[in-house]
Amino acid sequence: MKISYDARGLAEPNAWAPGNATIEGEGSGRKAVFDAADLTTRQINLELRRLVYDEQITDVTIRNPGAKHSIAVGILARCRITIDGSLGYFGCGLIDGPEIRITGRVGWSVAENMMSGVIMIEKNAGSLTGAALRGGDVVVRGDVGARTGIDQKGGTILVGGDAGMMTGFMMQRGRQIICGSVGGGLGDSMYDGAIYVGGKVASLGTDCVEGELTADDDEFLARKLRIYGMEPNASFRKFVCGQKLWNYDNLEPAERKLVL
Amino acid sequence: MCGIAGIIHRDGPGDIGSEMTRMLQSMKHRGPDSSGFALYGPPDDLLVMRIKLADPNEVRDYGWADRLERHRNEIEARLAKLGAQIDTTRGDQEYAFRVRFRYSGELKPLADYVEDVPGCEVLSLGHSLEIVKDLSDAESVSERYRLSGFTGTHAIGHVRMATESDVDISGAHPYWAYPFSDIAVVHNGQLTNYHMWRRRLERIGHRFQSECDSEIIAVYLAQKMDDGLSLETAMKQSLDEFDGVFTYLVVTADALGVAKDEMAAKPLVLYESPELVALASEEVAIRAVIGREIDTYDPYERQVLVWSR
Repeated sequence: MKISYDARGLAEPNAWAPGNATIEGEGSGRKAVFDAADLTTRQINLELRRLVYDEQITDVTIRNPGAKHSIAVGILARCRITIDGSLGYFGCGLIDGPEIRITGRVGWSVAENMMSGVIMIEKNAGSLTGAALRGGDVVVRGDVGARTGIDQKGGTILVGGDAGMMTGFMMQRGRQIICGSVGGGLGDSMYDGAIYVGGKVASLGTDCVEGELTADDDEFLARKLRIYGMEPNASFRKFVCGQKLWNYDNLEPAERKLVL
Repeated sequence: MCGIAGIIHRDGPGDIGSEMTRMLQSMKHRGPDSSGFALYGPPDDLLVMRIKLADPNEVRDYGWADRLERHRNEIEARLAKLGAQIDTTRGDQEYAFRVRFRYSGELKPLADYVEDVPGCEVLSLGHSLEIVKDLSDAESVSERYRLSGFTGTHAIGHVRMATESDVDISGAHPYWAYPFSDIAVVHNGQLTNYHMWRRRLERIGHRFQSECDSEIIAVYLAQKMDDGLSLETAMKQSLDEFDGVFTYLVVTADALGVAKDEMAAKPLVLYESPELVALASEEVAIRAVIGREIDTYDPYERQVLVWSR
């Protein structure tokens, strides 16, 4: 099925969407469902983009994703996407706006560089969850692997279970809420932001220290956990940057020009 | 990059030949250079040996086929000379063949004597282990060596993207732990203290056919087990003694194990049930053998897991 230039994205000029979705409903309440079992990654993404951009459908369900890689990446529109199954690596990266629910698990690097929106993962996630996250919420109800939120620059990562080593490695802004325990090297070389941990901490990384939990933090935790229906039986501790590695000059750009 | 896969049936044998082919083929994009299988058939009194006579990509001169035929006859003569009674031989390729024989002596002198034939390499030797490895993707290798229908309890496999050594059969995984019967390893990663361990193992008499860092993992673990350690203890020690990044799978006559380095730098997805354990670099490989929706998870850093059949 022929699709517009915008919906095609960076796919080859001769790439066609399979057009196998069934669309139900009228007007703005239309819903689309399609089966991805026999489609390639390229075809799944083209079909999704055709529905969201050309058909302007705001509720799309993908069945049988079969743990394929790079599904639902680069969607820059407000819409609701349900992925009925598990994804492989690099799922839902580079998105801005969608609300995505994944009923299975995801592999490495889910929600990489996400700008805004919500991703809810019902089961486990691999390593590098929310790498370079800029905004929005990434919710994992199960466990996550190593280096969660590496280079995170905003947004919130919520984990219902445990997290692996080097959680929050080099994070620069944003927040992480880990309801379970975390592995070694928590918050290694973090610049800023906050990591809340409900369980045990194996060890702290370089320049990561425990901070004081304020009333604002309690309000934030209660609000975020309530939104996603998470009720961990845990008392949270907060971890922040120790600022020992902050070796920046504190000149304003105009002043730096003067000095130089 | 490379892709690794393992499967173990805990409720009796299955068609591991076809299963491992499907697992490896679904990860073809991780390594198109070569594909390898280590398959465990039903244990037997007889020994089975897989031998490579030459590399498939070497220059073939006029006497090539005749020379390989001569070398093959020479190997059979040498086996007989050492007192092995040959049961069957089968040549899947002109440059690779399989021989089953009855033999009760030491394995190392036998394997050394066979490898003394020019160009020859013993790929595997054991009572149930058979290693098949060749250039190109898993389906072509499986078809060439007729692996579909190979019945057994457990298997590991590897698709290789060569980074550290040549694209040939010697550089392909899995590696047999020469000369310890029925032990093999596949590995995803790089060992940075490879040369040190290779020299240490060479000093106590081991031989290495390739320049590939993965080869030492197999011999290292087998040597530790020969010294009296359990498989699990040997694997735990390897976490401290190997430097670099690695996720490796090891198989013995009745067990399958996995170990991850302390950085958890190489991926692995695990599916565990009472009947079957399947693990691979990517979940698509596990789904290639299990049709229904399944729950999987990633083992954490420094984890060592072992399952018995």
